[in-house]
Amino acid sequence: MSERVLMKGNEALAEAALRAGCRFFAGYPITPQTEILEYLSWRMDEVGGSYTQAESELAAVNMVYGASSGGARALTTSSGPGFSLKQEGISYLCGADLPAVIVNVMRIGSGLGNIFQGQGDYWQMTRGGGHGDYRTIVLAPNSAQENADLMVLAFDLAEKYRHPVLIASDAAIGQSIEAVELPEFRDHDLNKYDWPVRGAKADEPIRTVKNVFYSMGDAYEDYLRDKYAQIEAEEQRWESIQVEDAELVLVAFGISSRVCEEAVEGARAKGLKVGLIRPITLWPFPVKAFEKAVNAKAFLTNEMNLLGQTMDDIRLATGCRVPVYHSGSIFAITDTNDLIVRIEEVMEEVKGGGQ
Amino acid sequence: MKLKAPDRITFSHFGFCPGCGHGVAGRLIAEVAEEMGVADKLLTAVDVACGSMHMNDWHFDTVMAAHGRTLVTAIGLKKTRRDNPVLAYYGDGAAYAIGMAETMHAGLRNENVIAIVVNNAIFGMTGGQMAPTSLPGQKTTSSPLGKDAVRFGQPFKVEEAFSGFDIPYLARGALVGAANVNRAKKMIKKAFEKHLDNQGLCYVELLSPCPTNWNLEPLDSKRFLLEEMTKHFPLGEFKGGDAK
Amino acid sequence: MTEIICAGFGGQGILTAGMLLIHAGMKNGQNVIFYPSYGSEMRGGTANCSVKISDKKIASPVIRQADIVFTMNAPAIDKFESMLKPGGLLLVNTSLVDENRTYRDDIRVVKAPVTDIANELENPRGANIAMLGVLAASSDLFDPEFLIGQINGYFEGRGRKIPANEACFRKGMEAAK
Repeated sequence: MSERVLMKGNEALAEAALRAGCRFFAGYPITPQTEILEYLSWRMDEVGGSYTQAESELAAVNMVYGASSGGARALTTSSGPGFSLKQEGISYLCGADLPAVIVNVMRIGSGLGNIFQGQGDYWQMTRGGGHGDYRTIVLAPNSAQENADLMVLAFDLAEKYRHPVLIASDAAIGQSIEAVELPEFRDHDLNKYDWPVRGAKADEPIRTVKNVFYSMGDAYEDYLRDKYAQIEAEEQRWESIQVEDAELVLVAFGISSRVCEEAVEGARAKGLKVGLIRPITLWPFPVKAFEKAVNAKAFLTNEMNLLGQTMDDIRLATGCRVPVYHSGSIFAITDTNDLIVRIEEVMEEVKGGGQ
Repeated sequence: MKLKAPDRITFSHFGFCPGCGHGVAGRLIAEVAEEMGVADKLLTAVDVACGSMHMNDWHFDTVMAAHGRTLVTAIGLKKTRRDNPVLAYYGDGAAYAIGMAETMHAGLRNENVIAIVVNNAIFGMTGGQMAPTSLPGQKTTSSPLGKDAVRFGQPFKVEEAFSGFDIPYLARGALVGAANVNRAKKMIKKAFEKHLDNQGLCYVELLSPCPTNWNLEPLDSKRFLLEEMTKHFPLGEFKGGDAK
Repeated sequence: MTEIICAGFGGQGILTAGMLLIHAGMKNGQNVIFYPSYGSEMRGGTANCSVKISDKKIASPVIRQADIVFTMNAPAIDKFESMLKPGGLLLVNTSLVDENRTYRDDIRVVKAPVTDIANELENPRGANIAMLGVLAASSDLFDPEFLIGQINGYFEGRGRKIPANEACFRKGMEAAK
C-alpha cells in the first residue's frame, strides 16, 4: 500500500492511468481538464509511453483509435466543448469494438459555457453522444481518490467488453487537491489479446480493425444486444446510504453526492428519514439500487444542471411509482444547508399529496 | 514491374472500377513491402472511401479509420507499435478537405508514418462531387457547370502547403503508363526506406484516373490525367529526392 | 471541520500557504481538500484558495462561511472579510494594510507585519510562513511545533531546506501575542 500523497484530482487521474498500464495519450488543452495534459506531457516520457498534444480533440480521439487498434491502453481527456468533438471517435471506437478511456472533466453550460464545475453532460455521456446505436459505460468519481481508482477500473472494463469507457469527472473534483493513495503499477502487454493488429506473415490470417457490422453479418445484432445486456446485468455500481427506511431518497453523482451525504446526516439529525443513492456507473444506471428504496415516497436529485438530467433514469428505475424532484444549479455546488431546506420542503410537499 | 502479382495481393473481393488507379497503387505498395522484406510487419490504415477496399485484397493487418482521420489513426498506431512500419492510405477528399488539419499538423510535427494519398480530383465513393483538388472548370455532380475556381479555390497543392515543413520525403507520381507507374513505385520505395530509418513523415501523392466519376472512357481518363491534371499537379520529388 | 480562505497578491505564497495547511492536515491523519481559483479567475494578480481540514469526510470544496480568513493584503480583506462566520478569525498583514482600518465587530482580528518580518529575516518569500506562525499562535488548528515541523518536512520533501522559514514562523507567532 502506498502512502497518501496530495494531488490535484486531474493529476491523480493522469498518474493512475499510467499505473493502469496506459502508455498512449493524445489530447488538447481545455480548462478545467488541462492539468491532465500538462502532467502527462512530462510524466508519459518517464514511463516510456507516447504523449501527443494534438491539433484538435478530433485528431486526439482518432489517434486513440489507432493506438487502441494496436492493443494499447489509450487515453484521451477533455471537457465540455472538446468532449463534443470526441463524439466521432467514440462512435467509431464502439463500431469497431475497440477499448479506450475518454474522460470528460465537466464544466457548465452548452456552447462555450464557462470553466466552472458542472454536471450538464449526463445525457450526452449516458445516451451515446455520437451517431448510431450505441452507449458506453460511464463511471462517475466523486473525489481525487476515485479519479484514480475508477481510472484503473475503466481500463479493465474497456478491455473486458472491447468497448470505450467514459469517465464523468468535473471541475470540482479535477481542480481540488486531496490526499490520494495511488494504485500500484501494472504492466500491459500489447499482445495480451489476439485482436490487435501487429503484422501478419503470408501464411497467417490477417487481423483487421473495422466496423464489426462488416465482419459479423447476421450475427451482429445478437452480439450487440448480448453485449449491452451483459453490461447492464453485471456492471451496475453504486453506493447506498440509509436507503431502506428512507421516505425521501436523494440521488446524486460526482461532487454533488458528497453534499448529499452530508445533507443526509444533517436531515437525520433533525429526525427526517432521508437516504442517498449515489450512482457510480451512470450507465448502466444502477436500477438495482432502487429495489431497496421500498419506503421512498419521493426521490430528490441534486445535480449541477438546470434540466434535472438524471430524473428520467430515476423514473425508469422506479416505474414512475413516486414523484421525482430536482435540486441544483449550474452556477454552484449546492450548499448542504440549502439542500436540507429543500429536503424539508419536498418532504412537506409529499406529505401534502405529492407533486 | 513484375508480371506476377505480389503474394500479398489476393483477388477474392476486388472491387475497383475499370481504369481506376487504386488497384495499381495497392499492388505497388504490396510489391515494395515484399521486396523490402517488411510485409510481415507492415500495418496499414485505410480511409472509409474507395481506398478502404484494399482491406479485402491486401494481406496486411489493416485498420479502417474514420473519414479524413486515416493519418492520425496511423500516427496513434505507430506510436503504439513502434517496431512496425505503418502506412496510411487515403484519398484527396480525406487529405485535403475533411482531414486538412490532420494533414497539415502531421507535416508540422513530422510524424513518423508513410502517407500515400491517391488524388483523383474528385470524391469517388459518394459519386463524383467536387473536391479541393478538382480542376477549374471540372464538371462534377456538385459543380455541374464546372468548378468555379473563384468561389471554390484553385486545386490544392500539397508541395506548396508543405514547403516550410521539415519532412524527409514528399513526392507526386501518377498511376497511368508504364514509365509513370515505375517512377511511382520508386517513390513508394523511397518513402519506405526513409520510414524504416525513422526519419518522419514520408508523403507520396499519386494521381489516379477516376473514369466512372469523370464520365470518361479509361483511355480518355489517362489523357485527362496526363494533359490536364499534371498542369496543376506537377509530377516529381519535392523533398528528399535524388540530387538533380 | 475548519474552513480557511487564503488570499493575497500573486507571488505572496498564498497557494503555498494553503498547500502547507492541507499537508499538515493530511500528516495529522485528517481529511483535507484545497480548492484553487483557476482559469480566467486567476487573471488580474490576485490569488486565493479554499482549504478544509476535518476529522470527518468533507463534502463540498467550496466555502460559504469561513472559520479563518488568512489575508496578505487589503484587497483580500475587502473581498473575504464578509465571508467569516461570526466569531471567526481574520489574519491581517499590517505591513500592507492601514493600521486604522476598521473591521466587523463580531470577528476576531489578529494583526502582524508579516512582510516586514520576512524582510528583516532576509527571507522575503517567507511572509506567508510568518502568517502561518500567526495562525498557529492564534488558533487551535494545529500545535505550532507540529505545524512548523510539517512545513519544514514539506519543503525538504521537495529538496528545498529553508532554515529562515522557521525563524519567520516563530517571529509570526510572537507577533500574534
